Formats: sequence, C-alpha cells, structure tokens
Amino acid sequence: MKQAKDIHEQTGWRDMTPGCEIYESGTSRLTITGEWRVITPKWLEDKCKQCVLCAPFCPDSSIPVRDSKRLNFDYDHCKGCGICAKVCPFGAIEWKEEG
Amino acid sequence: MSIRERLSGNEAVAYAMRQIDPDVMGAFPITPSTEIPQIYSRYIADGLVGTEFIAVESEHSALSTCIGAEAAGARAVTATSSAGLAFMWELLHVASSSRLPITLACVCRALTGPININNDHSDSMNARDAGWIQIYAENNQEAYDNYLQAMPIAERSEVRLPIMVCQDGFITSHSVENIELLEDETVKAFVGSYEPENYLLKHDNPLAVGPYGVSSYYMEAKMAQAQAMVCAKQAILETGQRFGDLSGRYYGLFEAYRMEDAETAIVLIGSSAGTARVCVDRLRAQGRKAGMVKVRVYRPFPGEELADALKGVKAVAVMDKCESFSTHGGPLGAEVRSALYDASVHPLLINYVYGLGGRDFAVTDCETVFNALDEAVAADSAKPVYRHLGQRGGDLSGL
Amino acid sequence: MPNIVEIRWHGRGGQGAKTACMLLADAAFTSGKYVQGFPEYGPERMGAPITAYNRISDTRCDVHSFIYEPDYVVVVDESLLESVDVTKGLSASGAVIINSPRAPEALRPLLRGYAGRVCTIDARRISEAVLGSYFPNTPMLAAAVKVSGVIAPQDFMTNMEIAYRHKFAAKPQVICKNLTCLRQSMEEVQEG
Repeated sequence: MKQAKDIHEQTGWRDMTPGCEIYESGTSRLTITGEWRVITPKWLEDKCKQCVLCAPFCPDSSIPVRDSKRLNFDYDHCKGCGICAKVCPFGAIEWKEEG
Repeated sequence: MSIRERLSGNEAVAYAMRQIDPDVMGAFPITPSTEIPQIYSRYIADGLVGTEFIAVESEHSALSTCIGAEAAGARAVTATSSAGLAFMWELLHVASSSRLPITLACVCRALTGPININNDHSDSMNARDAGWIQIYAENNQEAYDNYLQAMPIAERSEVRLPIMVCQDGFITSHSVENIELLEDETVKAFVGSYEPENYLLKHDNPLAVGPYGVSSYYMEAKMAQAQAMVCAKQAILETGQRFGDLSGRYYGLFEAYRMEDAETAIVLIGSSAGTARVCVDRLRAQGRKAGMVKVRVYRPFPGEELADALKGVKAVAVMDKCESFSTHGGPLGAEVRSALYDASVHPLLINYVYGLGGRDFAVTDCETVFNALDEAVAADSAKPVYRHLGQRGGDLSGL
Repeated sequence: MPNIVEIRWHGRGGQGAKTACMLLADAAFTSGKYVQGFPEYGPERMGAPITAYNRISDTRCDVHSFIYEPDYVVVVDESLLESVDVTKGLSASGAVIINSPRAPEALRPLLRGYAGRVCTIDARRISEAVLGSYFPNTPMLAAAVKVSGVIAPQDFMTNMEIAYRHKFAAKPQVICKNLTCLRQSMEEVQEG
C-alpha cells in the first residue's frame, strides 16, 4: 500500500492513489510547516511554572507534553502565531522579532 | 431461464435494483424518476431487500449520502431527473474525483425553462463533463440490462468511476412494454458483491478521502481520472459481452443498424433510435440506402469507433436532444464532428437539435431528416450545418 | 407492419383512460402479444383532456412516438367530441368507440367527416348498474377489445379474470362484478 511519504511533487500520475486517497493517519507530520514561521517563540524554562496552559492553546500541536510537563517547541511544525506567548500567565514565552 | 414480463422503464430499473440489493439508497423524488425510489421503498417495506434507504431533503444530500456510503465501503445508488441532477452538480464532481463507483439512474428530462417535465437530454448532457460514465437506453429492456451492467463496469479497480444509467423520461420510464428479466440468482452471480480494496470503515487501516490537492497534484489527479475513463471503454465492452453470453442480448458502445452499405445515416441517442430503425427499414424498402447509429455509451465517447462506422456514408445527421447554445450545434454533434476530423474521409454532416421538452419524434420526422441528407448529397453541401428539427419559423438568422 | 394495431385513447384526467390503456396492454401481453401502453404526460388536472396510446403487435414495437394514424380511437368522455378532433388521422378501415347512451349515427355528425365505423357503448349505465358507481374504464376496455379484435374475447375474459384475482385479492366480491361489467359491455357495444 502506497504511503503518503512516497508521494511528492515529482510523483507521476500513475503512481498517485485513486482519488488521492490517503491510507494512513497523521500524515500532516510530513509537512514541515515550521518553514512558514516568521517570528520564533522562545521558551524561558526558568520562568515556566509548568501550568501547561500553552499546550492546549497551540493550534498546531507544536508544544509537546510528556509526564504532565511541557517540553521545548516542535519547531518543525510551529508556525509562530504567538498565541502561546499571549496566554502564558508568567511571561515564560518570548515572542518578538529578532534583530 | 428468462422471465417474460411487462414493465415500465422505471419499474424495470427498480426491479434490477431489487435483484442487486445495494447497501444504501439516498434519493429525493423528482418527476419522472420518482417511481424508482417509490417502488424501491415498497421492496424495502416488504422486506425483499436489505438496503438502507436514506430519505433526504434534497438531491444535493441524496448524492452526498451516496458519496459517504460508497467511501465507507458500501454499494450506493440513487435516481434523479432534470433539476434534481442539476442540484447534484457539485457532488457529481466530488463522486467522480473521489473515484466512487456510485450508480445513478437518470431519467432524462428537460431543464427549466420554460418549466417542462418532459423528455430531452439537457439534464444528462449538462453533466457530460462531470467524469461519470454515461450509458443510454433505447427502451425498458435496455434500461434494465444497462442497470445490471453498471456495477460490474464501474466497480472494476482500473475504472472506479460513478456511472449514470440514462433512459428517456416518460417515453421509456412510463411506457409499459414487454421485457425479458433474468432470475434473481443469475443477476446476483453476474453483478457480484462490492469488494473495494480500501474504504473508510476498513478496520486495518484508516483512510482519508477527498483531500485538498494543490496545483502540483491536481493535474495528475485529473490524468488518473481520464485514464480510468479510457479503461471504462474496455470494461464496458467486456461486460456487454459477458452479459450477452448470459442473456443473449449483447451490448457494445453503439449499435450500427444497416450501416454496411449505407449512403446516408442518422446518429442519435435513446428512445428515438427505435423510431429511426423503423424509418430506415421503410427507406430501405424504397431502395434508399439509409442507416442508423444508436450511441449507447456517451462517456467514454467512442470517437474513433464512430468515425469508422461512418466512414462509408456520404452524409450524416447527428441528432441532439439538447441545445448547447454554442451557435454551432449540440454536444453529440460536437463530439461526432470532432471524431470525424481525424478520419481520412469526411461525410457531409448536419447537426440537428430535436425533441426538446418532449417534442415528439415520429417516423415521418426521421424521414424529413433523411430527405435533408439526400438534398445535401445532391447539392454537395450540408448548409446550414446546424438546424432545429421542425421549428416553426425556420432556421436561425445571422449564422 | 400489417400485424401492428395502434389505439389512441381520449379521456379526461381522473376518468381512468390511462388505467384502461394500461389494462389493455396488460391483457394483450397476457395473450402473448408485444405491447406498448403509455399516456401523453403534461400538467395533470382533473377534467383536462388527456391522451393515452397502445401499440399491440406480434413483434417488438420499436417506434416510440405518439400515434398519429391510429387504427382505433376510444373516447372515454363524449363531451370531448366538441373540443378535440378525436378521429384525426384515424384509419377509415378502423373505428371510433365512444362512451355515449346515444346511437352511433347520432354521433357521426360530430365527428368532422369521419367515414369509418362509429361505435358507442353506454359505459355510465353499465358501470353504475353493475359496479354501483361510475368507472367508465372497465366497460370502455371491453368495448375496445370487442371492436378492435386485438384479443379473442374468450382469451380476454380469461386473462382479465386472472388479472382481477390478483388486483382485487383483498376484495374478491368485486371480481365477479367487474367481469360482468366487461361481458355486458362486449354484448352491448353498438356498431354503426
């Protein structure tokens, strides 16, 4: 069965799936939307109280949480929208243009 | 053993559906196709079939229902006419591009306006570029036979396209005629069960259908659809042969009647073909070399094959039960003319628009067409090449 | 095409002309014929003139047009004679069968010069006497069969009995009445 990772912009029409069906879930991971980011949020770990409010607000599921604690951003998929910085009650996420 | 019966075209289609017992029917009533879901509902109420009938509020939802069901792995069917088919417009394309082999019984009727419930092909012809296979019936027998062949054609893995089984509203849908039916078990064995390779409800692997396709994929997707339509031609021929072996009634892409030595020919679709056949016989009895080509399959269009069938004639009339407002003819006329362009010999060609909104086409009307062809041959000119048959007030001005 | 019989029905919406046309197709089918039975559809209104057609043949009927030169015409409502040219195209060797208490010769002047046979049947009287209410299609059907000869009368009665047993399975008391109605109509139809 053809996998999404095998279909790309060089794939010929004979090698695509009928009706562009996709035979697996979670294939959005393959698209590195992090490249679209203009402003990069920074996690200030020392200020973070691990309230984890940022994670559910992230529209791109780019704040991984493990054992009830957030980890650093998934920069492959974070589009830099800044919502996490806005909702953080402790100023633990820096979100500003560099330079 | 075949069963001798008398049924209307709508009854014949409902009967075929009962024998197939599809998983899901989504339908909304519209004249003249209403009887199909109506009769089928009775079959369901009587417990003769296990089909899930989904009563919806519109044709848009009827086809949406079929799309969801077919994607889920079910065999889904619907029936409609005219404005109902027009209201399915968006979903027709969703069904074909998602490569879902839904079967739609189209009982052809004029589109508004003026408001009209009678037969022509403006509904199905408006859907000709929607990516559906289109097969047309001359009478109730063919409506039944075509319906039984629809799924074996459409569901083949190299095809996987939705299919429209068309018949003429009222003329065949509401006319009771003799019919030879097949036994239930024979039909079940012929049609088989629907076993898609992948579908939404397949437990082992989840499936996504109908994704967004950016420009870098869209053309490739359309090419694959076009290839499926190419494959459909072979599937239609093989299925027609297999059906013939079973029933004695063989089907191809079109019927060429007395074309071997024909000098003039008429090309048409649907119930008018029987009338034209009788006309051809009468003209032959007078010593005139007339022939008839009944186009059964419009999508995929049998262009090369038609051009070959017409290669010996001096003049041909292509009959469109649909006006396309192109100012140079109707859709069948355009296809046949285009197919003939690549042929080495071109007959003179007159494209007639006829039979709109239920305007009758009698043997004498057909004779008028053949007379015009004879005149064209004598004058070595088919002008005007685009005409309306039997219009009060003559041809169009300014062409 | 000598073996094909073409019949045109004229009636008013709601009188059962279409039903009679379909019943004739049914009876002819049962007697081994190839048939067509179809009405001309339009905006259906109670009382509006309607037309229905039969083709009955020994071979499959290929023609799918209306019938312009019928062998027989059946008129289910006498009042149509004023507004509709019922004998238009009717074969002079055929016949027109009209639902009327009057004698054929009394109606001929209304038929715009038609020179063929004119037949009448008092469908109202027969229907009301036998069935208890006005269903003109049953007597008209029998009269059409008798005059046209498309089905042998005995075959017709046998086929209709089978058809009625099926159709009226839930109310067998009306089967006998309908058969009486058919028989009486075949006996009473007047040929002018």
